[in-house]
Amino acid sequence: MLHVDNISVMLGATEIFHQLSLDLATGEVVSVVGPSGSGKTTLLRAIAGLQPLVSGRIFVSERDVTGIPTYRRGIGMVFQDNQLFSHLSVFDNIAYSLRIKNTLKATRQRQVDDMLRLVGLAGFGKRSTTELSGGEAKRVAVARSLAAEPEVLLLDEPLTGLDGELHRRLLEDLSVLLRERGTTVVHVTHDHAEACELSNRIVDIRTLSH
Amino acid sequence: MSTSRSPYRASAPALALFPALAIAVFVIWPLANIFSRALSWDAISRLSRNSSIHQVLWFSTWQALASTLITLLVATPTTYILARYRFVGKRMLLALVTIPFVLPTVVVGAAFLAVLPNSMHRSLAAILIAHTYFNIAVVVRMVGRRWEQISPLLTDAAATLGASPLRTFRTVTLPILATSIRSAAAVIFLLCFTSYGIIRILGGPSRATLEVEIYTRAVQLGDLPGAAVLSLFQLVILAIAMWWWIQPTPGANNLARIQMYATVPRTVRQRLVVYVVGTATAIVISVPLVMVFVRSVTTGSGVSLKAWRMILGNHATGLGTRPPLAAFWTSLQFAITTACLAGVFGLAAAGAIAYGNRRIGQLEALVMLPLATSAVTLGLGLLITFDSGITDLRSRWIMIPIAHSLVALPVVVRVILPVIRSVPQGVRDAAATLGATPWQMWMTIDRSLITRAWVMSLAFAGAISLGEFGASSFLTRRTSATLPTEIARLLGRPGDLVQTQAFVLASLLIVFIAVSLFAVDGLRPDRVAT
Repeated sequence: MLHVDNISVMLGATEIFHQLSLDLATGEVVSVVGPSGSGKTTLLRAIAGLQPLVSGRIFVSERDVTGIPTYRRGIGMVFQDNQLFSHLSVFDNIAYSLRIKNTLKATRQRQVDDMLRLVGLAGFGKRSTTELSGGEAKRVAVARSLAAEPEVLLLDEPLTGLDGELHRRLLEDLSVLLRERGTTVVHVTHDHAEACELSNRIVDIRTLSH
Repeated sequence: MSTSRSPYRASAPALALFPALAIAVFVIWPLANIFSRALSWDAISRLSRNSSIHQVLWFSTWQALASTLITLLVATPTTYILARYRFVGKRMLLALVTIPFVLPTVVVGAAFLAVLPNSMHRSLAAILIAHTYFNIAVVVRMVGRRWEQISPLLTDAAATLGASPLRTFRTVTLPILATSIRSAAAVIFLLCFTSYGIIRILGGPSRATLEVEIYTRAVQLGDLPGAAVLSLFQLVILAIAMWWWIQPTPGANNLARIQMYATVPRTVRQRLVVYVVGTATAIVISVPLVMVFVRSVTTGSGVSLKAWRMILGNHATGLGTRPPLAAFWTSLQFAITTACLAGVFGLAAAGAIAYGNRRIGQLEALVMLPLATSAVTLGLGLLITFDSGITDLRSRWIMIPIAHSLVALPVVVRVILPVIRSVPQGVRDAAATLGATPWQMWMTIDRSLITRAWVMSLAFAGAISLGEFGASSFLTRRTSATLPTEIARLLGRPGDLVQTQAFVLASLLIVFIAVSLFAVDGLRPDRVAT
C-alpha cells in the first residue's frame, strides 16, 4: 500500500535522514519509534508531501505520489497538537473534507454523525473546538482525518500530553477503531508501550536508513 | 487565581485627575458646545434641504468605501510576504511601508501632485491613489500581525484533508483574518471618511468631504451653526463605524497560542514572490517621496536650487507674509511643547489606568475620545469655545500645542500602557520584601522599565504635532502658521516658484518625520538589549 523508497530529507544544511525506506501492506499499522530529534515527525511530513525530498520516491497503491501536492495525495495526518480549525465548530471541522468533495448535505450530516459516534463524541457537533478537553480535541482530530477516507493515515505522537487514564482509554479506542476500519497507518511515537498496543509492527527510525 | 493589588493604587486617583480635567475642558466642553449650537432647528432643516450637502455626504461615504476596498486589495500581497516570510531587508521594508502613514496628509497630497501628471491633479483617481498609499501600513500592521500568528501546521492540516492552496486560503486563512480585516477596514474607512489634508490638496473645488465642508463653512463662509450641525452628524457616523469596528467575531480570535510563524522562503516560487512583491512595494512607496525632493529642485526652467535658497535664506513669499522658514521654527516649538504636554499627561493617564481600580480604568475610554473625534471637529470646538471672556485662549500660541497634545494623547497612552502593565508584579513584591516603599519601588523598578517607551511616545507626539493639519487649520494665524498649513497655503497660490517652495518645506518635513521615526525605531523594545 505505502512504499517509501530511499528518501533523503535536509532541513537547512542538516540531513535529517539519508535514503530511508519503509513498506506497509494494506491495513497494516506500523509504529516508528526513536528518540527525540531523530526525524520521526519529518518522516511523516515527507510522506504527506509537506516536506520536500532531496531524493527518493513515495508510492501509494503503486501510484508515484512524489511530485503530487499534499491535497491530492490521499494521505491523512493527525498532528501532534491536533491543529483543529478554531473558527469552525466540531461538526464543521469533521465535515471539512466532505465539503471539499462536494458531498451532499444529507450525506455529510450522516457521515459526520457516524464519525462523532465512532469516536465517542455524539452530540458534540455544535460545540466550539475551544471548549474541548485534550482528549476530546484529539478524538475530533482523528475523526476529521478519518472522514476524509485517506488511503494512508499518519499519526504524529497522537497521545502525547494526555494523562494516564485518558491516555489508556484513548489508546484502546484508537486501536479498535483503526483495526475495524482496516486503515493503513504510520504511527510515530517515543512511547514503546503505546506502539505495542496500537501497531502490528514496530520499527526504529534509525534502522530504516541505509 | 488571585492577583496582587497594585502597590500604587492609592496614587491612581491623583494621577487620573489632571488628564481627566484636561479632556473635560479641552475635548468634552468644546464638543458639548458644538452639540448645543447644533440644536438649532433652523440650521438642521436648512442643511438637510441643501442638495450640495447631500452630495458632500454621498461623496464622503462612497470615496471612503472605494478607498478602503482598493487599499485592502493592493496591500494584501505586501502584507502576505511581510507576515509569512523572513528575508533580508524585511525590517527596512516594514519601516518604509510605515512612512506614508506617519507623514502629514498634506505632504502625501503634495507627493502625488509631484508624481501624477497634471491631467490627474484635482481628480478622483488622485484621491483614491493617495488614500491607498497613505493606508497601506494599516493593513500591513493590523492584518499582518494576525497573519503571522497563523501556524503553518493549520494550513498543512487543511492540505492533508484535500484542500488546495486557494481553498485553504478561503476556508482557513481568511476566516481567521476576518476580525483583523474588519478592524483594518473600519480604521481605513474612518480615516478616508474624515480625510482632510489629501482632499484639500488633491480634491479640487468640486470634491469635498464632510471634514472639508465643516472647515469651509466655519472659516470661509462664517456659517458656524452649519459647521456645528455637520460636525455633530460626522460624530454620529464615526461612532457607528467605531462601534462596528469593536464588535467581536465569535471564534475568530481563538488561535491556540500567540507565536510568530514567518519562515525563510524555501522554494523558487516563494523566493520569486518575495522578491517581486518586495521590490514592487519598495518602488511604489519610495517614488512619491523621492519625487517631492525632485520637485523641490525643479522649476519651469529646469533644475534649480532657487526655491531652497529662498526658503533657507528666509525670504518672504509676498507682502505681509512671514518667510516660510518661520513656519519650520514654529512647528518645531509646537512639537517640543506637544511632546512635553502629551508626555506628562499621557504618563499620568497610563499610570492611573494601569494602577487604579476598574472605575479609574474607565479613563482609558476617555483618553481615546480625541481619536473618535476628527481633528477638524476638535479644532472647531476649541475655536468656538475659547473665543471670549476669560477663556479667550484662541489668540494664544499655547492653544495649538494643546490641540496637538489632545490628538497625540491616545497614541502616547497606547504606547506606554502595555509596557506599564507588563512590569511583573513579582519583581515589585521582591522589592517590597527588601524594604522599598511604593515610591522607591516605582523609581527603582517601574521607572527604569518604562523610560524607553515613554521617550518613544514623546517622539511620536512630536511627529504627530509636526504633521497635524486638521485642528491647525482652524487655530493657526498668520503669525503661528505651521509647516503643514504653510505647505497648503503655498500650494494654493499661483506661481511656479511659490509652489516649488511648498515642496522644499514638504522635503524638510519628510526628513524631520523620518528622523523622528528612526529615533523611535531605535527605542523599540526588541532593539534594546536586556
